[in-house]
Amino acid sequence: MSLATDMTDTVKTPGAIDGGNVVEVRNVTKFYDGDIHALDSVDLGFPAGQMTTLLGPSGCGKTTMLKIIAGLLEPTSGEIFVNGKQVTGPGPERAFVFQDFALLPWATVLRNVAFGLELRGDSKAEREEIGRHYIAEVGLSGFEQKYPHELSGGMRQRVGLARALAVNADVLLMDEPFSAVDEQTRRKFQEDLLHLLSAEKKSVIFVTHSIEEAVYVSDQIVLLSPRPGRIHSTIRPDIDRGISPDDIRRDKNYLDTVETIWQDLRKYLD
Amino acid sequence: MKILGYRIPAAASLLIWGVLWEIVGRSGTVFILPPLSDVLSALVELVERSSFQTAALETLESFAIGMTVAIIGGVALGFLMGRNAAANNVLGMWVNIMASAPLSSLVPVLMLLFGLGQLTIVVTVILFSIWIIALDTYAGVRHISTSLDEMAKSFSASSWQLLTKVLFWAALPEILAGIRIGLIRAVKGIVIGQLLISVVALGRLFRTFSDNFQFENFWALTLILFVFALGFSSVLGWLEHKVEYYAGSRI
Ligand SMILES: Nc1ncnc2c1ncn2[C@@H]1O[C@H](COP(=O)(O)OP(=O)(O)OP(=O)(O)O)[C@@H](O)[C@H]1O
Ligand SMILES: [Mg+2]
Repeated sequence: MSLATDMTDTVKTPGAIDGGNVVEVRNVTKFYDGDIHALDSVDLGFPAGQMTTLLGPSGCGKTTMLKIIAGLLEPTSGEIFVNGKQVTGPGPERAFVFQDFALLPWATVLRNVAFGLELRGDSKAEREEIGRHYIAEVGLSGFEQKYPHELSGGMRQRVGLARALAVNADVLLMDEPFSAVDEQTRRKFQEDLLHLLSAEKKSVIFVTHSIEEAVYVSDQIVLLSPRPGRIHSTIRPDIDRGISPDDIRRDKNYLDTVETIWQDLRKYLD
Repeated sequence: MKILGYRIPAAASLLIWGVLWEIVGRSGTVFILPPLSDVLSALVELVERSSFQTAALETLESFAIGMTVAIIGGVALGFLMGRNAAANNVLGMWVNIMASAPLSSLVPVLMLLFGLGQLTIVVTVILFSIWIIALDTYAGVRHISTSLDEMAKSFSASSWQLLTKVLFWAALPEILAGIRIGLIRAVKGIVIGQLLISVVALGRLFRTFSDNFQFENFWALTLILFVFALGFSSVLGWLEHKVEYYAGSRI
């Protein structure tokens, strides 16, 4: 097994735009209300077409990092580059999947999924066609005319995922997308997500609390230290994605990686 | 409460009250209360009278104008307060004071200010309803989860899209509740106003009836006003019910 443990392995030096990174975070620092130091000069690269997970103790700034990348929060200092261009706000290259789903309760599944297209000004026929396609992609065919309150938590998050996919962004930003979903649904969802993403060729930045989830879904895991968040290390799990999900969960590399990360994180718990 | 929706218990209790009214009226013990049947026939007669029709139309028109202004103004005020901390600091206290102020005592003053015309009714309606509409809208806006806001922004929604496609609908249950309460307050305000100042429109009729002890007609008019108020508020109640399913599911 090979663990690349140092961030310098995978992250290019600031200033050099690397074609391999779809998102680059350069020297980002974030203070809330002037004195809560959430992030401390973070440099980070997210390889195109890969799934990168931000993992770290509660309150270390994972959500803050993700929202800064999404353009929903302004960093106190530092820059964000997407596809080599600096960005200062939200943009069509990025789509967000919310922890609490953030669905419009008064709109049908179809309208929710197509909402990004509606805001963009696509015609009704156009957005409904795309909407139906992605509803099918996430396995919700037949639920087009249902309302969010008629769906289970897992199904609601599928709607949230379909909505993010529908705008055809390069980068999906997911903040603990499964935390409000029960364990069985979660596993099924993780498998479906991996399957879907390999077909859609998206780059994903994923935030989670769960080490197992991180190792299971990620190409690259970024461990953050407690507040103020800094990069502790970057790990690339060496797992054969060709084997079945159940075999992965019994795989030696998988288990070793989980253990290594656990040993790294547990010292923050004291 | 539903009127045309056949909710039986309410209708049944209405019937009981009607029968009771008829009995008390016929017994003649309360002289200002004629039997319901007399009131109803007076009602039919009244409704056919052209002076009544003009008066009723004038009042309704003023009422509609006043409510429209109050809804637009109140919702705008509520959104301003809910989305802008500075505006809330400046306006919040005053809107609260106005919403709980004993406004009835102001009606005679209004009469002096605006004369004895429809304008007085319009101003009364606005004054009685706008503050509670603003407060309820404010509560609704504060209730909206930040992630809905962020969701729209993450798709690069314009401020106008954010307002009309997300925030307005998210706050709608509270806005409707505010309008319903505002409407009831406005009806109260009008009735009080009409009684107090006996000005134009229905107010003039009210005065005439009670002066000449035409109690059948007085009650008929009161009934009509109540039916209007009830009708309006059940329409709003029905609308509220339609959005109820999501009022509870917002976080
Ligand atoms: N709007 C805010 N105002 C002030 N402080 C904030 C705000 N949002 C977050 N913080 C603080 O910044 C720090 C980082 O928060 P953030 O939500 O990014 O952490 P996180 O890693 O996502 O935590 P969790 O795992 O619990 O979701 C926390 O200490 C939090 O209390
Ligand atoms: Mg978080």
